[in-house]
Amino acid sequence: MFDDFFIRSLIAGIGIAIVTGPLGCLVIWRRLSYFGDTLSHSALLGVTLAYAFSINISLSVFIISGIVALTLLSLQKRTKLAGDSLLGLLAHSTLAIGLVLIGFLSSIRFDLMGLLFGDILAVTLEDIFIIWFGGLIILGILYYIWKSIFAATVNYDLAAAEGMKPDVSNFIFTLLLAGVIAISLKMIGALLITGLLLIPAATARSLSNNPFQMVILSILIGIVSVMIGLFSSLEFNTASGPSIIVAGLVLFILSLIPFKRSSALQR
Amino acid sequence: MEQKKLLVKLEKAGVHRSSKWLVRGISFEINQGQIVTLIGPNGSGKTTTAKMILNILNADEGLVTGNANKMAYVPQKISIDWTMPLRVIDFMKLTSNLNNTQVNESLTMTGVDKLLYNQINSLSGGEFQRVLIARAIAKKPELLVLDEPVQGVDFNGEIALYNLIKEISVSLNCGILLISHDMHFVMSTTNHVICLNGHICCSGTPGSVVKNPEYIKLFGEHNSETLSYYQHNHDHSHNHDGSVAD
Repeated sequence: MFDDFFIRSLIAGIGIAIVTGPLGCLVIWRRLSYFGDTLSHSALLGVTLAYAFSINISLSVFIISGIVALTLLSLQKRTKLAGDSLLGLLAHSTLAIGLVLIGFLSSIRFDLMGLLFGDILAVTLEDIFIIWFGGLIILGILYYIWKSIFAATVNYDLAAAEGMKPDVSNFIFTLLLAGVIAISLKMIGALLITGLLLIPAATARSLSNNPFQMVILSILIGIVSVMIGLFSSLEFNTASGPSIIVAGLVLFILSLIPFKRSSALQR
Repeated sequence: MEQKKLLVKLEKAGVHRSSKWLVRGISFEINQGQIVTLIGPNGSGKTTTAKMILNILNADEGLVTGNANKMAYVPQKISIDWTMPLRVIDFMKLTSNLNNTQVNESLTMTGVDKLLYNQINSLSGGEFQRVLIARAIAKKPELLVLDEPVQGVDFNGEIALYNLIKEISVSLNCGILLISHDMHFVMSTTNHVICLNGHICCSGTPGSVVKNPEYIKLFGEHNSETLSYYQHNHDHSHNHDGSVAD
């Protein structure tokens, strides 16, 4: 019925949506959308280095994003600049370094568009393995620290006072975010990953009235966005990453239409 | 008298931020079943002291020794982001795995059991304050820290909540650190009052503190329940910012 490559990209995309659902909720609750952007911009540098030293792309992206995240944390303590200025500084300087390095690597065939916007239709079996295996690890760790990270999201002082160790879970959460960018970069692209984190969670927000519901709904909405996006990408021959984001946007707009909600959902 | 467990002990503890001591030289202890009240003007370091006890802030000087197995906190200011859908029941279970019966029990104690499924950000200030207190006591802590716990609560509710706090200290046999402006309550229920202004100005039983010239200087005569006070060895005076003048 469908070609193999399409089935592969569907499996990979659904795997990514399952991981971005809960992380996206946390990104929205903690107002970290620009932080996600910074990490994904720096991912391009990770890709360049992966090509330069022929190491695994996901691994190298994870390392670079992780370093950028930790640099940010230490800069926040040392400088008098506001968080958003530091984020902008890191985002654009790492993006620029990445692009400069690409120039030096002109001997290697590079698909820049694919890096920026994703190339879901070139997903290999190895990519699927990285996405599902990495995704399960990310979800497992997230499940383990959920109580702590959630308490710290609601109120740092409460979490710290009542033994939830918010600093530890904040740190781990940052690495998980770098991890999700690493596994989804190839499919969604450096410029659009934050979109997949944010849009399904934003759509879920207006439909849910408790945190658990919002997490489940953003996973489901993410999966639907991936499926609609991929089918339309195949049908209209459009780039897959942007198609998924546009599908997510359409779902978001639909979620804004007021309708009578059942009392069960309100409870 | 039975031996009461020492829950937390501060020895000359201080917090230093941007080349200024927020509090310094704070020494006191809280034992099981004891209600200790911190009073003092704005910016006198009441919340900072509470945060040191709760391990939110580390002491830059001195020693804070905590012994309490479980601490619960009612912060002075807390705002829940509207981006998070959060019901009272979710908030109650934030830092502990309570079952619904326990949640209902403590919400009933503070009179807000009807709000179980309401969104946190739809509550009024007073209702939210009652939920905050209910959440803290539902954990059955050994040490309960209440920072201005009745702000925004109506007058009758205020008395009921203060009585509840007193009951809890007996029924849970926990230590309570209370930050309060309300001298009336302090007078009637507290075992120990500490008057703070960057350092400990005076401390003791409520009766002795209101007679202390240091206290009267900070809060003015009209706040003191009694007009007759005795002069004691007044060993320091205050600068404008509350620091001790030589």
